[in-house]
This record gives sequence, C-alpha cells and structure tokens, in this order.
Amino acid sequence: MTNPLLRIENLTIDIYSPDGVKELIRGLHLNIEESKIVALVGSSGSGKTSIGLSILRLLPAAMAIREGKIIFADEDILNVPLEKMRSLRGRDIAMVFQEPLSAFNPVFTIGCQMNEVLKFHTALSWRQRKGKILELLDSVGIPEPGRIAGQYPHQLSGGMRQRAMIAQAIAANPRLIIADEPTSNLDVTLQAHIIELFQKIRKELNIAMLLITHDLGVVNALADEIAVLSDGRIVEWGPTQGILKDPRHPFTTELVNSLVT
Amino acid sequence: MSKKEKHLSQFQLAMRQFGRNRLAIFCFWILVILYLSAAFADFLSPYSYNNEDRNYSYCPPTKIHFFENRKPVRPHIYGTHLTFNEIHKRVYVAEIKRRHDIKFFVKGDEYRLLGFFPARLHLFGVDAPGRIHLLGADSRGRDLLSRILFGARVSLSIGVAGVFISFIFGLLVGGVAGYYGGTTDNILMRLCEMFMMVPGFYLMLALRAAFPPDLNSLQVYFLIVVIFSFIGWASLARVVRGMSISLKEREYVLAAKAVGLSDFAIITRHILPHTVSYSIVAMAMSIPGYILGESALSLLGLGIQDPYASWGNLLSEAMGIVYIKFAPWILLPGLFIFVTVICFNVIGDALRDVMDPLLKMEGKAP
Amino acid sequence: MLRYIIRRILVAIPLLFGISLLTFVLIQITPGNFFDSLKLDPQISADTISRYEKLYHLDRPLLEQYFHWLRNLLKFDFGYSFFYNCPVSQVISGRLYNTFILSLASLLLTWLVAIPLGVWAAVNRGRGIDKILSFLSFAGLSVPSFFLAIILLYFASEGKILPLGGMQSINYDGLTQTEKMVDLLRHLAIPTIVISVGSIAALQRIMRGSMLETLRQQYVLAARARGLPEHRVVYVHTLRNAINPLVTIFGYHFSDLLSGAALIEIICSWPGLGSVMLTAVRAKDLYLVMASMLMGGILLLLGNLLADILLAWVDPRIRYE
Repeated sequence: MTNPLLRIENLTIDIYSPDGVKELIRGLHLNIEESKIVALVGSSGSGKTSIGLSILRLLPAAMAIREGKIIFADEDILNVPLEKMRSLRGRDIAMVFQEPLSAFNPVFTIGCQMNEVLKFHTALSWRQRKGKILELLDSVGIPEPGRIAGQYPHQLSGGMRQRAMIAQAIAANPRLIIADEPTSNLDVTLQAHIIELFQKIRKELNIAMLLITHDLGVVNALADEIAVLSDGRIVEWGPTQGILKDPRHPFTTELVNSLVT
Repeated sequence: MSKKEKHLSQFQLAMRQFGRNRLAIFCFWILVILYLSAAFADFLSPYSYNNEDRNYSYCPPTKIHFFENRKPVRPHIYGTHLTFNEIHKRVYVAEIKRRHDIKFFVKGDEYRLLGFFPARLHLFGVDAPGRIHLLGADSRGRDLLSRILFGARVSLSIGVAGVFISFIFGLLVGGVAGYYGGTTDNILMRLCEMFMMVPGFYLMLALRAAFPPDLNSLQVYFLIVVIFSFIGWASLARVVRGMSISLKEREYVLAAKAVGLSDFAIITRHILPHTVSYSIVAMAMSIPGYILGESALSLLGLGIQDPYASWGNLLSEAMGIVYIKFAPWILLPGLFIFVTVICFNVIGDALRDVMDPLLKMEGKAP
Repeated sequence: MLRYIIRRILVAIPLLFGISLLTFVLIQITPGNFFDSLKLDPQISADTISRYEKLYHLDRPLLEQYFHWLRNLLKFDFGYSFFYNCPVSQVISGRLYNTFILSLASLLLTWLVAIPLGVWAAVNRGRGIDKILSFLSFAGLSVPSFFLAIILLYFASEGKILPLGGMQSINYDGLTQTEKMVDLLRHLAIPTIVISVGSIAALQRIMRGSMLETLRQQYVLAARARGLPEHRVVYVHTLRNAINPLVTIFGYHFSDLLSGAALIEIICSWPGLGSVMLTAVRAKDLYLVMASMLMGGILLLLGNLLADILLAWVDPRIRYE
C-alpha cells in the first residue's frame, strides 16, 4: 500500500483583518491517493480555496499557514526552498481556476502562455513545443487548435477558455490538479462537457485531482471521495456514494438535501 | 435618516480619518500660519513692502546679538556700514558703537488695518537709522522678510480665488452637460476638450497679452485670477459631467422631477452636492498649480509688477544668476513657494485617500 | 485599426479650428497691434504704415482677416512676422524643432527613469526604498520648476561643466559631428532635468500604483501557480499589463511637457516655441502668436493621437473591438 500522493496534516490557516486574527482553517486533515479525485465541499467563504492555495504556497498576504504539514510525494512541501516549490508548481501540481478569463493574461495569446509552461517545465525544443500545444488543445476538445492558439483570451468563448485552461494545466503532465470551482461559471451543458473532459484526463493521464466546489451535482458525477468542510475542519470524509446516500454530519445532510431537491 | 444627513455623517467620518494623518495635519497648520501671516503682514513685518534704502542694497541677514561683553542683554543689532573690499565686492561692516535694541510693538511705517483703519503698530523693529533685515535685503535695500510677507498675500490668495471660480464654473458646466446629455453635452464637452488641448502656459501668455501690459496691480491681480479660472475649469467639468450622468438616474432625481422642480434646481440641489467630495479634492490638488502659475507669470514680468510684491516677482531678482552668489537669500521666496506647494500636495493626497470610499459610493449607480 | 486612427483625426480637426479661432479672437481683443509702436516713430510716415496694414489685411473686418488667415494656412502660409521681419513659417520651423528635441529628451528621460523606479518601489512595497522614493517623488512633484532651474543654473555657473543656457556654444559651427552632439547634450542637460523632475515624480507614483494594482490580479496568481520564475511573473506578466494605464496618460503627459517646457525654455534661454511665443506676445506680433498657439495645439493633438495608437497596440482588447 503506497503512501497517498498528497497528505495534509493538521493544517491551520490564520486570516488577518483590521479587526484582528481569526482561524480560518483549524487542524485540517486530508489525503489524496494517486489518480483519485477528491472533492472538497463547503459553503462560500468556508476557506476551500485557501486550502488549495496553501498546497501551492500561494496564499494572499492577508492569510498565513500557522501550523501543519503538507506532504506531496513524501516531501513536506511547506518547508522546501522556494525554488523547489516553483519547480513543483505547474509541473507536478497544476491549478485550474474558476474564471478562466481572469486566469489568463489578457495581453498574451493562448499559445504564448501555454508555450511558457512548456518552456519552463519541459526540455522540449521550440518546434516540439509548438506541436505539443496543438496536441494539447486538441485533446481537450478544442476545434481548430492552430487558430485558437493564436488568439487572445477575450476572443474565446467561455467554454473554450475553460478547456484551454485545462489544456495548459495538463501540459507538463502533473500528478495532481487543484481545480477551484472549475464549473461554477459555466452553464449546464458546458458543465457536462467539462466533467467529461476531467474524466477523460483522469483515465488517460492518471492525474489525481482536488476538486474544490460547492456544487454536489459535479461531485456526484466526478469525485471518488468527498470531504466536507465546515467551520474550519473536515467534518465528514469518505467515498462519494456512501456519504451522499447516508450523510452523518448535519451540515452534510443539509447539502445533500439541497441536491436531492 | 434622510439622504443628506447620512451623507454628512460620512463626510464627518472622513474628516476624522483625515485628522489621524499627522503629517497632513502638520502641513495644514503650516498653511494656516502662512495664511495668517499674509493676512497680518502689515503688523508682522518691520517695514512696508516698498520701504527702500539704497545704503542697504543686498544687505545680508542682520545678526542678532544676545550678549554684550559676555553679559546677557536685550537682543540687539548693530548698525552697518557699506564698504567695498579689494575686489570691489560689497561688504557690510558692523559698527559696534551704534547699537540698536530690538523693540517690540513699535511704531513703524503706516498701513491700513483691514483696509480702513490707519495704524502704525508693528510687531518688532529698531529705531532709525538702524535697519533690521532678518532675511536680508534686495537690490534696492528693501527688507526681504517684509516683502515675502506681503508677497504671501498675493501668491496665497490668488490660488484660492482662482480655484474657487474654476470650481463653480466647472461644476455648473459639468452638471449641466451630464444632466441634459445629447447636443448640449456634446458641445460643452468639445469646448472642454479644446481648452484642455491648448498647452496651459501658451494660453496663459496669450490671455495676458490680450490686455495692455500696463494695468494697475489690482487689475492685474483680477486678470490673473480670471486667466487661471479660464484654464482650470475644463478638467473638473469633464469629471463632474461623468458623475452627473450616473447621478441623474437616481431615484431622488426622478422624484424631484415628478414634483416639478426646475432643471436648474435639480442640478444644483440634488446632483452637484454629491460631486462635492471629488471636487474638494480636485480643488485642493489644483491650488498649487495656480500658485505656481502666478509665480511664473510674475517671474516673467507679466504678472504682479514692482513695487508690489508677489513671491514670483521676488524671485525674478534671482534670475540674473550672478546675484545668487553673493546674495543667496534672494532665493528664499522660492523656498516659501516650495513649502506651500508641498503642504497643499500632502493635504490633497491625504484628502484623496480619505475620500476614496466616499468617491466609490458616489460613482456607483444604484 | 486604421479606421480608429482616421476617426481620431477627424475629431481633431474641428478642435484645431476652435483653437485657431480662440487665438485669433484673443489677439484681436487686444487694444492695439504691432504697428502702434511704429506709429510712434516719426521717421515712418503714416503712408507706409497704412500700406503695410493694407498688405496684411489689417484694415479689413475681423472675420475677413480670419478667413484670409485660414485660407493661407491651407497653403501652409502662416503669415508674416513683423517682429522678426520674415515669414512666420521660417521662425516657427526652427523653433519647433528645438522644442521638439527638448520635449523628446524630457519624455525619454522621464520614462526611462520613472518606470524602473516605480516598479522597484512596488516590488519593495513598505520597505525602506519605497519610503525614500515616496518622499523624493513628493518633493519632486512640489518643487517649482523655475526655482529648480535657477538653482541648477547657479551651480552650472559655479561648476563650469555645463553651459548656462542657450542651445549652442559660440564655436558650434567649427566643431566636428561628435563634438556637436556632445555640445547639444551639454546644453540639453539642465533644461531636460528641470522639466523631467516633476514628470518623473508623478509617473513613478502612478507606475507604482499600477503595479500594485496589477499584482493583485488573478492572472498574476495563475502565472505564479504555473511555477514561472518570479522575475518573469513581475517583469513580463505584471509589467506588461501595468503599463497600459500609463500609456493613456502619455498624451496628456506630452501636453504638460509642452506647457512646462515653455517656461523653462525662457529661463534657460532655449530657443524654442515657448520663448518665441513670449517674444511674440510681448511684441503683439499677431501671426506669430497665432501660429505658435496652433503649433502647440497640433503637437498636443499628435501626442494624444500617438497615445491612442499606442494604447490600441499595447492592449489587444481595444484593438479587436
């Protein structure tokens, strides 16, 4: 039995405000096995995103990790030098954001930004990178990848942008993807496509995923395990179907009930 | 709470926050001191602005002595005697024999208090034939301190007067343009752009040239105020117009219209008051520009003329660069301008930081 | 994009007319004209003067004078300068070039210094260097330019390294190409520095603000999340976006430069558009004043047009709308 790919132990995150310091996350534990999709659900403002950001050590200035360990591939990444962290970001751990328009730099083309990722994380030549970009765009279901690669983010439709963002996330073959509300800004049909895309990626590339969301529908369709976040800690954690059918914690029950209706 | 009351208390909150900014308060008090000194220039200065004595041409600042023969004595100065040294440079030699005590509340040059009452009381001075020049004297032997104080009257007030007029004009034009929209808006905005297009200095020169060069100083003063208002209203008008456009959609405007209020009343009573926060900040930030503009004009000889004093025309003496070497005190008026401008800038900056939340609120649509 | 430019130019033309009309009206309200001083000279007969007046249409109604002037404009004939006794275009073209050089030098200096300083302050926000730069830029904003000019000229007279004004040394014509370049740079030094100080201070603060604002954007976080090196995140991704708002200011910056340059030109005896404007105004040299104002307005419009084009080039969102 191998160790989990990602192990979060006793994570405590403080949040600073003009009124003082508060604990956003207290003593959180979470594991993600290789190639598994773990959903992290909670209400808005519960701190889900901050957990994802702390894995990458990219918390905003107003928050700080006070205690805890985050072990990725048997290394405590909270204590590695920043240089090492940078090589992990984008290459071993990638992030997909909620709003793809604001996650892409508006003044560079899609292809240019994907090229960047490949340039800094792989040893491919320029020619090889060009080919790989087209391949990637194609694999996420973008038609005419050559044309799209030359366009700017605002020129693409919402669904295309989201796919492009996913393409860029898988570019360097990460082992873990942190997806922060990847479908919340999309309409229902697009959501279905993206969910399908994630399933395909998981199957073909064996990528594990931390799916941060408040939408149980997506969880139901995609996640192997579900972890429920409430009041700064994980109150329930287990296989998706089991928990959804038989929630123990009152908060989970509430969530499930809203799904059923 | 009515809308107007709520608005006021936020304003008061903003002012209180301003009060916490120690640097801004410090600058505020410096400005208060400067303005008060300008107001009481006649009293505070030992001499009238045109009191000259060629024997004291470029006299260095008078040294005040507190001791005599090692014994503390009333502060006093010595009479000076002008000679030239070997290289024909002016040297002022103190004559120990002629001692003048500095007296307070002395009778000096005549002036009119508040423009009406003849008075002769000055804060300090020395008996004739001694002359006290705390900051030195200019080429004609006029006390620089006195001239700076009198110059403050012109330089400091012109900023306020000019800004005030621009403010009114800018608010009106902006309010009207935004409210009516359509062709009126178009025409007024083109007009604004035109005024903003012409480089300010050029416009200033041209406007000044439109009037005879030999006006009396009061006329010149008003002319300068008018010229600067002419240049400055445009940018304020544009911003107020933008605000007016969003403000005219608000409910209380529709309510006022329903009640039958005239357009003018709506603009002045319901729309413009909400542009006040921004306008105050804009005003504070543009006063330095007016002060600098007047100084520039006077420096070039197109503004306030001799014998009247303004900080700008006091600096024109320094333009002949050679004089700076042996009479560096003629640069002092420039320092006063610098300090004034910095203070206004600090205050304006602090005001802007404080008004920011207010601005955000006013700018948003309901 | 071409349509965008043409649209901007079309809007500019009526503005130019407005400026010319404004100038004309202003000068005409002036009681008296150039010939007043001539009239006082007993050696010049009244005949001569009235002949001159007829020649320059000064005896015709104002509106007619204005249209004459406009018509000549289209032939690029700006009229005649009474004071300099030669066609206005001759006076203006030389001066225009000089003012242009000075403004260009100030523009370059300003941007080359202010942008790095602004980025430096933003990246080191709250630390010592940020506070120092903040104080310095405040001082730089507030110092009266003419005061600074006078002080620098004083030090120049003491130090004897830099010349005391003007644009060319007396022995200019006898110098080699390189020496001429150096001579020009030495004369440019003081006026350029004086003009730039205020702009550098202002631009640095704006740059800093823009950088800080941009650093908060989601795409900067995304760039970091991709593991890009920090210097690339800051100097490529952030800077590239932070510069956009500054480009909009560019046009107005140019306008301020022209305005500020005029005063400094006069103090440093730089033979440019500003100093000629002063002379023309004092002498009531009608056509010269009008042409100067018009030139000033045109340079400004060009500056703004350039700014708009630059913005469109720099921000693809505008380009493709």
